[in-house]
Amino acid sequence: MNALPYLLEKEFKQFLRNALLPRIALMVPLMVMLVAPLVATMDVRDVRVALVDHDRTVASRRLADRVAASPYFTLVARPAAYAAALRLVEDDRADVVLTIPADYGRQLGAGREPPRVHIAANAVNAIKAQLGAGYLSQLVAAHTATPGADRLAVQYRYNPTLDYHAYMVPALMTLLLVVLCGVLPALNIVSEKEIGTIEQINVTPVGRLTFTLAKLIPFWVIGLVAVAVGVVVGGAVYGVWPAGSLWLVGLVSLLFTGVMSGFGLVVSGYSSTLRQALFVIYFFVMIFILMGGLFTPIASMPRWAQAVTYALPTRYYGEAMRALYLKGATAIDLLPHLGALALMALGLGAWAVGSYKKTER
Amino acid sequence: MNAPAIATENLTRRFGRLTALDGVTFRVGRGELFGVIGPDGAGKTTLMRLLATLSRPDAGRASVLEFDTVRQQAEVRRRVGYMPGRFALYPDLTVAENLAFFAALYRTDVAANYDLIAPIYGPLERFASRPAGKLSGGMKQKLALSCALIHRPDVLLLDEPTTGVDPVSRREFWTILARLRSQGMTVVASTPYMDEASRCDRIALCDAGRFLRVDSPDAVRRSYGRPLFGLSAAADRHALLLAARRDAAVRSCYAFGNEHHLAFRDRPDPDGLRDRLEAGGFRDVCLRPIEPGVEDCFMQLTERHD
Repeated sequence: MNALPYLLEKEFKQFLRNALLPRIALMVPLMVMLVAPLVATMDVRDVRVALVDHDRTVASRRLADRVAASPYFTLVARPAAYAAALRLVEDDRADVVLTIPADYGRQLGAGREPPRVHIAANAVNAIKAQLGAGYLSQLVAAHTATPGADRLAVQYRYNPTLDYHAYMVPALMTLLLVVLCGVLPALNIVSEKEIGTIEQINVTPVGRLTFTLAKLIPFWVIGLVAVAVGVVVGGAVYGVWPAGSLWLVGLVSLLFTGVMSGFGLVVSGYSSTLRQALFVIYFFVMIFILMGGLFTPIASMPRWAQAVTYALPTRYYGEAMRALYLKGATAIDLLPHLGALALMALGLGAWAVGSYKKTER
Repeated sequence: MNAPAIATENLTRRFGRLTALDGVTFRVGRGELFGVIGPDGAGKTTLMRLLATLSRPDAGRASVLEFDTVRQQAEVRRRVGYMPGRFALYPDLTVAENLAFFAALYRTDVAANYDLIAPIYGPLERFASRPAGKLSGGMKQKLALSCALIHRPDVLLLDEPTTGVDPVSRREFWTILARLRSQGMTVVASTPYMDEASRCDRIALCDAGRFLRVDSPDAVRRSYGRPLFGLSAAADRHALLLAARRDAAVRSCYAFGNEHHLAFRDRPDPDGLRDRLEAGGFRDVCLRPIEPGVEDCFMQLTERHD
C-alpha cells in the first residue's frame, strides 16, 4: 500500500501529459450538456395543420382560431376537401389534417353532442404525429365539451411545465459518466499490456489491490469533476438545478463512477488488445444507455427486458438522479439505489483486483 | 559452489500445442555471469519470464536464491531485477521520473542506490527531464538497466539486452555486465548473438526449448572435437558451399562471414578436397585450419537433433 501515492502520481502525470485525454475529459461533459439538449429535444412545436372545414359556422371558425393561436400549431392551409389536404401531407407541406364535419356548429349550439371531429397525422415521424395529434385532440375536446359535461383536469407533478430539460439533464449526466468512467478505464490497463509496461510493474513487489486502486481512483476524480461541470452547466444554461442535496448528488455519482470504472477495468483485465477492449466496452455501453431507462421509460419495455434492467447500474443512477433533480429525494428515499450501486461498485472492484494477474497462467 | 543463485528442474512451459521450454534443468552459481544463447524461438524469453515470476511452469520447478518462483513469488520479486526484451518503461514519463517511480515501487529511493547505477546512469543524467520514449535505442537500454538495478537486486535477469543495439553499445553493455558481476551480482542474460558467448562465465546453448549444452565458452569450443577448416575460393561462394557439401568426404560445411567452415567425415584430407574442387572448376581454393567457435558447436549440436 505504501506504493499507492507513487502509482497515483504516475497515473495523474500520464493523464495530464496526454495530448488528448484531459481535453476530452472536459469536452465530453461540456458538449453533452450544451449540445445534446438542443438536438435531442422531445418538444414538438410548429405542427403544420391543414384544416378542412365542412361546417363553416362561428363554432368551427372559433376552433380554427384556437388552433392557429396555439404555439404548437401553425395553420398552413384550408383546403376545401379532405383529399386535397391529404395531398398536402404527402407533399410534406402539412403534418396533421383536422376535419370539422358539417352540422358541427349547429349541434354544439343546441347543446347536443356534435358529430365527431377527425384528426389524421403523418406518422413518418412517430413522435411528432403522436404528440401533435395528442395536443390537437386535447384542444378540440376542450372546445367541443358541452356545458355541464365533466371536464378532465390534468396536473403534471414534479415537472409542472413539462420542461424536458429537467428530464434530460439527469439522463445526460448518466451518459457522460458512462462514457468517461466506463470507456477510459477499459482502455487503460490494456494499453499498458500493449506497450509492455505492465511487465515491468509485474516483476515489482507491488500488490494487486494497490495497483488496481491506483487505476480506479483517478477515474473517481475525473467522474466527480465531470458531474460538477454537468450540474453547473445544467443550472446555468437550462436553469435546472437538483432539488435535492448536492452532497447526495456527489455521493450517488461517486458510487456510480465506482461501478463504471470497476467495470471498465474488468473489461481491460480480460482483454489483450485495445481493439478487443473497445468492442466489449461498446457493447455494454450501448446496453447501459439504451436499456437504463434514460431516454425511454423502463415500464414500456417487455417483461424480460425490465428484469434485465435491475442488473444495470444506469438504471439506479438514472432513477436516483431524476429523483434528486425533480423530486428533491433524500438519502432515505434513495437507499435502494445507493445500496445497489455500492454493492455493484464493491463487486466489480473486487473482480477487477481478481482479474489482474501478475503471473501469466 | 555453495547454494546456487538459480536452479531449475525439468522446467517446462507449453503454449497450446507448442512446447516453448521442454524440460530444462540447470544451475547458475552466485556471482556468475551466465549466458543463455540460442536462435529466435529457442525458448530464451520463456525461460526468463519463468525465472522472473511472470509466467508459471506447466511442469518442473525453478528457484531463485532458493525461493520457489511459484510459491514464493514475493520473495523472488524483491530480489530480482528484470529487463524485458522490449522497452517497457513509461515513454511519457521522463528519465528521472521513471527511475524514481521504480525505486518507489521497491520502497527505496534513487539516492540510496546511486553508487550502483552511477556508471550506467551517468551519461543519461543530462537527459533527466526528457520523456523516456524520446531517447535513442542505446540510451533507452541504459535507462531500462538502471531501473532494473535501482533496488540492488541479487540476481539480474536480462532478456536479449543487446538485440537491436549497435556493435559499440553491445560491447559496452557486456563490459557493464562484467562489472556488475565483479560486484557480486548474479547476471543471467539471453542473446541470439553467439559471438557474445565469450563474455560469459558459462553459457547454455539452447534450441527448440531444450538446453543442448551448459558449460564455459572454452569448454564448449573444445567439445567440438574435430579439426575445422576455413574454405574460400575466387568463385561464387554459394556454388562453392553446395559443391563442398556434395563431396563425400565432407561432414558439414556452413557459410560464415568470410569463409565457409568445413569439417571432414573421417581423417581430414584438405589437399584431396582442394584438388577435387579445383577439378570442378573453382579457382584459388584455400583450405586453412581454424579454431572452432561457439557457433560451430551450436551447428554441430543442432545437427544431431535434425
